[in-house]
Amino acid sequence: MSDTQHEIAVTVNGTRYERRAEARMLLSDFIRHELLLAGTHVGCEHGVCGACTILFDGHPVRSCLMLAAQANGHEITTVEGLAPSPDRLHPLQQAMHDKHGLQCGYCTPGILMTMSAFLAEHRAPDEAQVREALSGNLCRCTGYQHIVDAVLDAAEKMRDAKLREELP
Amino acid sequence: MKPAPLKYIAATSLAHALALKAEHGDEANFLAGGQSLVPTMNFRLAQPAVLIDINPLSELSSVKRENGKTMRIGALTRYRLLERDPLVAETMPLMHEALPHIAHPQIRNRGTLGGNLAHADPASEMPAIVIALGGRLRAQSVNGERWIEARDFFIAPLTTALQTDEMLVEIELPTRAQGSGSCFMEIARRRGDFAMAGIAVTLNLRKGGLCTGLRIALCGAGETPVDASDAASGLIGQAVDEAAIEATSAAVQASIDPPRNMQASPEFQRHLVGVLVKRALRTALERCAP
Repeated sequence: MSDTQHEIAVTVNGTRYERRAEARMLLSDFIRHELLLAGTHVGCEHGVCGACTILFDGHPVRSCLMLAAQANGHEITTVEGLAPSPDRLHPLQQAMHDKHGLQCGYCTPGILMTMSAFLAEHRAPDEAQVREALSGNLCRCTGYQHIVDAVLDAAEKMRDAKLREELP
Repeated sequence: MKPAPLKYIAATSLAHALALKAEHGDEANFLAGGQSLVPTMNFRLAQPAVLIDINPLSELSSVKRENGKTMRIGALTRYRLLERDPLVAETMPLMHEALPHIAHPQIRNRGTLGGNLAHADPASEMPAIVIALGGRLRAQSVNGERWIEARDFFIAPLTTALQTDEMLVEIELPTRAQGSGSCFMEIARRRGDFAMAGIAVTLNLRKGGLCTGLRIALCGAGETPVDASDAASGLIGQAVDEAAIEATSAAVQASIDPPRNMQASPEFQRHLVGVLVKRALRTALERCAP
């Protein structure tokens, strides 16, 4: 291994991957082009829009502000890993559908990753908390209102303990 | 929007990181949270030949009470940790109040206190906080270590007193004193954006209400975080009433020379600073109860 090429072993959505990547490769590009998980979207590539948000060791971060090499030995969840099973959506995904929380959908994966982590930490958030948590994700279609509705709706449904237990 | 070619080295110990920096000098950057450095690399405003990743150095992430009067924070401590630490809220309410103003939750999950200070963006919150608290910063290199007063640390935009071979490793801050009050406020166009102007105030009162100590630091109001404590020193020894607050606000306004930026003219920034001094002093005063 040189300092410009790196062997990267990373667990993404429970699956272990081993790949080789250039030192300068961004984590967002690694996830999309090397792991072929194109659900993580790339918007601004300088940390403003939030479209590339993933969970890194459980916490939402911008994958465009990390290098792929930094993920070696770590655990990542992308939007592909959010649903509990192939035929069932995460309650937040379902709520985004029910409440019309997306139009073009470009920002949606980042919003799902940010807000699913928020809901795991906040059982009964109020609207102000939801808007604050959402502030790092830009959406140019919805005006945010329906996204806020969806997050509040998901929070209510997730207070059902049984549903919560089934989540990954 | 991709970084230029570079070498990436994950440091295995502090000594390893310092040796690499001594070897590569200006060609190398330490990579902490990366929330300021990586965007500038994506824009290719920064093109470090070598990145020394210090994220593996977990010994640099800690919040400790040194004795009754001092807190020590490791440079790699992430905002996420500081925000959720009850000890920070109790002993440094000024820092606790400012943390939610830093960008957005995803950035705070990754960004570090030391990385932010070493980046030295004059519009950033934490440089003003460490100045207003009267803190000091520990720099280390292969040749040893030294302490730098927070007010002497920031030299120019994105430039600090750190030497080429030094790393900022620890931040020492005093805990809230009995009978003191503090306040952080900022005005930004959008939540999470860089502030057009921000203020951090610590105020000490003696029994009877006379001001015995005052520190004011401003962000977004100059080429560096601005220590306006000298300009505001007329309040010391005075009763903190409305007339004294007005006079302090005017004195701070007169002392600053804000550069023009994309969001606010110098005149507007001076106006904002005047308003913020008054609001923050009134709030700090209310919080001075022992």
